[in-house]
Amino acid sequence: MVSLQWYVWLSLTLFMVGVFGFLTRRNIIMMFLSIEIMLNAVNLSLVSFSHFLNDLRGNIIVFFVITVAAAEAAIGLAILIALFRNRASANVDELKEMKG
Amino acid sequence: MPDIGAQLWLLGPEIVLAVFAFGVILLDLVIKEKSVLAYLSIAAALFIMFTMFGRQGTAFGGMFLADGYGLFFNFIFLTSLCLSILVSLKYLPVERINFGEYYGLMLFATIGMMVMASAGDLIMVYLGLELMSLSVYVLAGFMRQSTRSNEAALKYFMLGAFASAFLLLGISFTYGLTGTTQISGVAQYIKDNGLAGNPVLAFTTILYVAAFGFKIAAVPFHMWAPDVYEGAPTPVTAFMSVGPKAAGFAVIGRVLTVALGPVSSEWTGLLIVLSILSMAVGNILAISQTNIKRMLAYSSIAHAGYALLGVIAGGPEGLASMMNYLLIYTFMNIGAFTVVTLLRTEGVKGEDLSDYEGLSKNHPLLSALMLLFMFSLTGIPPTAGFMGKFYLFVAAINAGYLWLTVIAVIMSAISAYFYLRVVMYMYMKEPGTVIPVQRSTAGRVALMFTGIAVLLIGVQPTGFIQMARSALAGFGI
Amino acid sequence: MNEILFGYLSFAILALSIAAITRKNPVHAVLLMIVMFFHLATMYLALGAEFLAAVQIMVYAGAIMVLFLFVVLVLNIREEEKGERFASGWPLGISLAAGLLILILIITDKVLTGRQGQFTQAVILQETHTKAIGKLLYTQYVFPFEVASLILLVAIVGAIVLAKKRLG
Repeated sequence: MVSLQWYVWLSLTLFMVGVFGFLTRRNIIMMFLSIEIMLNAVNLSLVSFSHFLNDLRGNIIVFFVITVAAAEAAIGLAILIALFRNRASANVDELKEMKG
Repeated sequence: MPDIGAQLWLLGPEIVLAVFAFGVILLDLVIKEKSVLAYLSIAAALFIMFTMFGRQGTAFGGMFLADGYGLFFNFIFLTSLCLSILVSLKYLPVERINFGEYYGLMLFATIGMMVMASAGDLIMVYLGLELMSLSVYVLAGFMRQSTRSNEAALKYFMLGAFASAFLLLGISFTYGLTGTTQISGVAQYIKDNGLAGNPVLAFTTILYVAAFGFKIAAVPFHMWAPDVYEGAPTPVTAFMSVGPKAAGFAVIGRVLTVALGPVSSEWTGLLIVLSILSMAVGNILAISQTNIKRMLAYSSIAHAGYALLGVIAGGPEGLASMMNYLLIYTFMNIGAFTVVTLLRTEGVKGEDLSDYEGLSKNHPLLSALMLLFMFSLTGIPPTAGFMGKFYLFVAAINAGYLWLTVIAVIMSAISAYFYLRVVMYMYMKEPGTVIPVQRSTAGRVALMFTGIAVLLIGVQPTGFIQMARSALAGFGI
Repeated sequence: MNEILFGYLSFAILALSIAAITRKNPVHAVLLMIVMFFHLATMYLALGAEFLAAVQIMVYAGAIMVLFLFVVLVLNIREEEKGERFASGWPLGISLAAGLLILILIITDKVLTGRQGQFTQAVILQETHTKAIGKLLYTQYVFPFEVASLILLVAIVGAIVLAKKRLG
């Protein structure tokens, strides 16, 4: 029997992998993938809490998180396509239109 | 389960707005004249504004709380919705983005905010926040042919999604810690089990402050604000400098002061840091801006810092002064953005500070109103901004934060420099080229309304603060 | 859950996600993510959340990642492979993330308590997970469910508004 602690630690490590990816990668798709890793880390912690608390609320939240993640992916990629039509670059360092 | 009709009655404002949002999106297919959709949206908002009050109770097992607090914030959201739509009417054709979905998304964003303000459960906080944010991301990138607008949407989206992941982590740990996500249940569990000083609880508190700090654009979570405010269509900037910010504060009021109320000492310190940094960074960086939208973005960061004073002071008095300030901020900030929008005409951007040189010679009334809004944002009597700050500072002093109030007053004095610079440009410089103004009746209506509101609240300030105080009855603090 | 299974799954999840975020080619990263999602789904199964395991594979691996692949291929992002993979401050980033992680791991050392609910594994097994979730979704959680439907609608409208070619 693996204790709850290990699940929480796994989830937090996974979350930090996502944070690291978001902070260091410059490609927008990769940054977006890092956010998906973070959401999955949260989902994992919710499912394990749910399991150890004998309560389904965590599972329900995961259901909503997955829904929102799908919506977020659609909007984010649409924004990326709109940007790409105008300038053909997926590097955040080239987002320099506005400065100050 | 209690009577479903009574529960739906409590949800009335949200349901009516959702129905109108569907209607707007469907009618968009058959109606060529898009202003009809705008008037329809305004009619919906006004209808709700006049019929929503008096609802009280909880619906759907505590997921939704109808109380004075939520309704007061609904009033702020609907006001900013109406004003932003009025401002958009002539702006959209100029930018060639006159599409009906614009109004639909505005309505959906407002529903999201209303859900946030009335959330009784952290799930609803998250879902409302996402509904609002996703709509506003799209609105920020609505000028698809403009690279600046695309960039604004992308930056807002990336950082917003990043911040909401932190919010989710906070919700997850709150759930693990207390076994519930219901806001009142969390508070009860913390109180019953003496969780004060629990390191995990402190950790979730930091996550909440970061996630909500992002939504209200408080330093150090403000990096997105200047770029997004500058790149987004101006009426959308006006809308998101007020609506999502107020929604963020509404959620701070629910989650921090109610759910985490028993451990308030743990987050007050964080908010004090946020507040001081926001006031300092916002006001000081605003000085060097030459783009008026960017300047107002830094100003909105600073105003988040002022409004945080109310939350820090806490109690009914502090929260009421915060709510009152956000309402006043709605009027004065949208007013200022209306002037900026009216200067955008065919071929003229009208966003640069130099465009305001000698504006009073050609457009005396517009300049006078801009002067009023700038005075109000600075906090000079007899405008509403002064009264708003006055109540905030009194609440902070009464709660024992005299030193914080002194900092806020000093920062307000610094802010006079860049607000009054706009006035100086308008009145003391010679006009270069004549800047035309949009011939927009709707824009003028919005301008008159905000101008009158700013003056009226300045002279007769007790009405709204009383309303805010009575709204907090039964809030649970 | 069995220790060996947990050990394998957690190792695979971490290794795959680290591999995914360090790839130069986004297509490889997306494919690694899909494998990672399968491992996560297995973990959900082991935790008794069979419905979520199915949703994880169908929505995450099946829909979201395929959408990513589409966009990566449509946009044909090539210049990434020439440029620097990481921002110049990546050592700072990794030390920040690692430091934060250690801090959090220390503070989460057995402090998670929480009130016990009524859905023990026996109850869920008897009723089946999907049925239990479904019942809750359409009773207690019907309001968030409706709001989630609005979010999906906004996503549809927003994606079309932003990405559709339109004569200005």
